[in-house]
Amino acid sequence: MTDFLFFVAKTTAYRILVVVITVIITLILLGSAMDKLLTDRTRAEVVEAAAQDTIQFKTLSERQDYIDEQISLKTKDLGLDEPWYSPKRFVNTLFEVLTLDLGKSNFFTSDSGSSNVSDIIIERLPKTVLLFTTSTVIVVVIGLFLGTYMAEKRGSALDKSVSFAAVVSNSFATFWVGMLMILLFSFTLDIFPARSTPLTSPGDPFYILDLLYHMILPLITLVLLSFTVWSFVVRYFVSRVLDEDYIQAKRVMGIPKRKILYSHALKNAAPPILTGIVTALIASISGSFIVEAVFDWPGVGKLLYDAIIVMDIPLILGSTYVFTLIYVMTMLIADLLYAYFDPRVKMSS
Amino acid sequence: MTASESASNFNLLVRRILHTKAAISGFFILGILTAMTIYALIAVPLDSFSQWNDPGFWIDYPKSAAPSWVNSLQPGSNLPNHIILGLTDAKTQNSSLGGIPTNSFLFNLDFDYNTYPTDFIFDYCLRYGEIPPVIQVDVTRPDGKSFMIYNSPLPSGAQSEDRSSLTEYCSRIFSTDDSIRDNLQLYTNLFDYSPDLSLPQKMIFSQIDEEVVLRGKYQFNITYYLFDTEDKVEDTKVILGGKVYGLMGTDDLRRDLSIGIFWGAPVALFVGLTAAISSVTIGMLYGLLAGYKGGRFDEALMRVNDLVISLPTFVFLVILSITIGSSIYLITLFLVIFGWSGIARVARSLALQIKNLQYVEASKLMGERDIKIILRHILPQLLPLTFASIALAVPAAILAEATLSFIGLGDPSIPTWGSILHDANTASAAARGLWWWILPPGIMIASAGVSFALIGSAIESVTNPRGGGSQSKVRFT
Repeated sequence: MTDFLFFVAKTTAYRILVVVITVIITLILLGSAMDKLLTDRTRAEVVEAAAQDTIQFKTLSERQDYIDEQISLKTKDLGLDEPWYSPKRFVNTLFEVLTLDLGKSNFFTSDSGSSNVSDIIIERLPKTVLLFTTSTVIVVVIGLFLGTYMAEKRGSALDKSVSFAAVVSNSFATFWVGMLMILLFSFTLDIFPARSTPLTSPGDPFYILDLLYHMILPLITLVLLSFTVWSFVVRYFVSRVLDEDYIQAKRVMGIPKRKILYSHALKNAAPPILTGIVTALIASISGSFIVEAVFDWPGVGKLLYDAIIVMDIPLILGSTYVFTLIYVMTMLIADLLYAYFDPRVKMSS
Repeated sequence: MTASESASNFNLLVRRILHTKAAISGFFILGILTAMTIYALIAVPLDSFSQWNDPGFWIDYPKSAAPSWVNSLQPGSNLPNHIILGLTDAKTQNSSLGGIPTNSFLFNLDFDYNTYPTDFIFDYCLRYGEIPPVIQVDVTRPDGKSFMIYNSPLPSGAQSEDRSSLTEYCSRIFSTDDSIRDNLQLYTNLFDYSPDLSLPQKMIFSQIDEEVVLRGKYQFNITYYLFDTEDKVEDTKVILGGKVYGLMGTDDLRRDLSIGIFWGAPVALFVGLTAAISSVTIGMLYGLLAGYKGGRFDEALMRVNDLVISLPTFVFLVILSITIGSSIYLITLFLVIFGWSGIARVARSLALQIKNLQYVEASKLMGERDIKIILRHILPQLLPLTFASIALAVPAAILAEATLSFIGLGDPSIPTWGSILHDANTASAAARGLWWWILPPGIMIASAGVSFALIGSAIESVTNPRGGGSQSKVRFT
C-alpha cells in the first residue's frame, strides 16, 4: 500500500510540474503583451480618476504633472516599474496564475457582474465539466460493450463497418460535424435549438432541465465522433487477449462464452485499453472545447472562442489554463488507474 | 542480404501495398486533391486568392447565393442565376453621332426564370480628360418595348493644362439610384396596372398586362458619349442579381466559395505533408539516436520527450499563434514542434531491439560512426514504419490547422477550409440553413485526412500485420 501511495505522490508531483512548466512557457510568450496591457490599464484608471477628482489645478501642465506622478506611484505600487522577466515579478505572476488569480477581463463579465477572469471562468466551468464527463461516460460504456462484442465477432459486417468508421471519423473535424448536426436537427428537422445557451435564467427551477435539453445536441456530436474510435481501441486489445492460450483453454473447459469475454478477456486487456482510451480521451478534450463554440454551449470553450475574437489576453490565458488543468488531471487519473490495473508499473518506478 | 535483394523486397512490398483496397481508395482521393491543386494553380486567378479577404473585390458577386445546380435538384424550382456580363460578353460599336464619338456596348441575356432578379448594377471604368463623358443605359425587352433607364454625365475630369493626364474614374450605378426611378416614371402608362417604382428590376422584367415575370431575351445597351477622342472606356459590366451562382455558391461576404475550396487544397496538402514529413523525420532520428546511444544520453533525451508529450498541444498552438504569428508557415512550424514526440518514443524502442542485431554490432566493431550506422543500417529497416507514420500524421496536421483557423487563429491572408468554416460559424450559417457554405469545406478536410489515413493503414497492415493500431492515431485536436 505504501508503494502505491508513493507512486501516487510521485505521479501527482510530475503532473503538477507539467502544469507549472506550461504556465512558465505561456508567461514567457505572453509576458510583454501582458505588461503593456497592465500599464495601459493603470494609465487609463489614473486619468479616469483625475477626471472625476475635485482637486483644482491652476494650469494644464500642473494637472499633467499630477497625473504623471500618480501613474508612476501606481506602477511602482503594482511592481510594473520592473520588467515582467525580473525574478520578483515573474515568480509573483506565476503564483498568481497558479492560484487562479488571473486579473481582469477587458470585455467580459460574469452573470453576477464581476469582470474578474477567475469569477467568469468558475461560473462557466461546471458546464464544461458536465458536457465533457457526460459524453465521456456514455462513450466509455458504449466502447466497452461494442468493442468487446466486435472482438468476439471479428470479421462480421458490424466489426468491419465500425472499424472503417473509426479510421474515417478520426479525420472529421469536430466543429464541422457539430455544424452538420445543427443543420440537420435545428434547421431541417427543428427538434433541438441551434444555440445551446438556455433561455431561462439560472435561478429558475426548470433551469437544469432546460440546460440538459440544450445539452443533447453537443452531447450527441461528441459521442458520435468518438464512440467508433474507442470501440476500435477496445476491440484491438480484447482480440489480442482472446488469441492467448489461456483463453482458448478456458473455452475448452466449457466456461460460458459471455463470462470468458467480459470477466477474463476484458479484465486482462484492461491496462492497454485504458491507455488507448485515455489517449483518445485527451484528444477529445480540445474537441469538446471547440464543440462549445459551435453550439454556443456556455462553457469555458465558448469563452475562449469569444475571447480570441476580441483578443482579450487575460481571458485567453485563463481559459487555456483551465484547459491545461483538465488535460493534466485526465492524464493523472489515467496514470493512477493504469498503475492500479497493472502493478508492474508502480514496481518499476 | 544484398542490395538488389533488398530492393526487390521493397518493390514487392510496394506492390502489395498498392493492391490493398485501402491504398487504392486512398490514392484515388489523393489524386482528386492533386487535380484540384493543379487546377487552382493554373486556372483560378491569383487575384482571387490574395484578395480573398478584401470585400471590395467581391462586390459584383451575389450575397449568400446557393450553387446554381440546386435548380436541377428540385423539380419546379427556378431560382434566377446571378449574371455578370463583362466586356468580353458585349458587342461593341464605335460610331460618331453628330461629331461626338460614342462607344456602345450591347449585352444580350436570356432571362428565363420565375422570379425577378434581386437587383441590378452597372459597373464602369473610364479614362477621360476635361469634359466628362455621358453614360446612357437602355433596355430592350422581349416584347419589343424599350426603356431608357439612365442618362447622366460623369463627374468633371482633371482641370490640368496637361492634355495627356487623363483621370480614371470607376463607379457603379445601382438599381436603387433615384434617377432610374425618375426615368422609369415615364413608362408607367404602358402598363395595365401601376408598377412598383421602388423596385425598378421588377418593373423592367414584368409583363405589361399583369405583374409576372416576362421571360425571354433582353438587351442592355450601354452608350458612352465621349467628347474627346482621347477618352477611353476601360471596363463596363452589367450585373443582374440572382439567388444562385456558380459551382458552390457564395457566402455572406459575396465571396465565390468554389475559389476558396479550390485554393484550400494546395494549402492543406502543404501544411499536412510538410508538418508530417518534418515531424516524423525529426522524431525518428531523435528516437533512434536516444535508443542507440543508450545510458544517460538516452535518459536525458527521453525526459525531454516525456515532457513534450505531456504538454497540452492545443493550448500551445493557441498561445503561439497569438503571440508569435499565424502565417501558414509558422503554423506548420508549431505543428512540427509538437508533432515529433510520439514517433520518437516508438523509434527508440525499435532502436533498442535493432542495435543488438549482429550486423549492427559488426559495423560498430569496424569503427563506423554512430550517425552513419543509424542512417545506413537502422533507418532503412524502419522505412515502412516511417512512411506509415508520415501518412498517419497528415490528417492530424490538417485537422489541427483547420481547428486553429476555425477558432480564428489561422492565416488571415489566405482562404483555408477551416477559415471558411470559421466565417460560416460566425454568420450562424448552420442555423440559417446555408448548407453550401458548410458542406464542401468539411468534406474536403475529411477526405484529405481519410486519403492519408487509408494509405497509412494500408502500409501498416502490409508491413506490420499485428500493428500498433491505436498508437499512431494521435490527433492534436
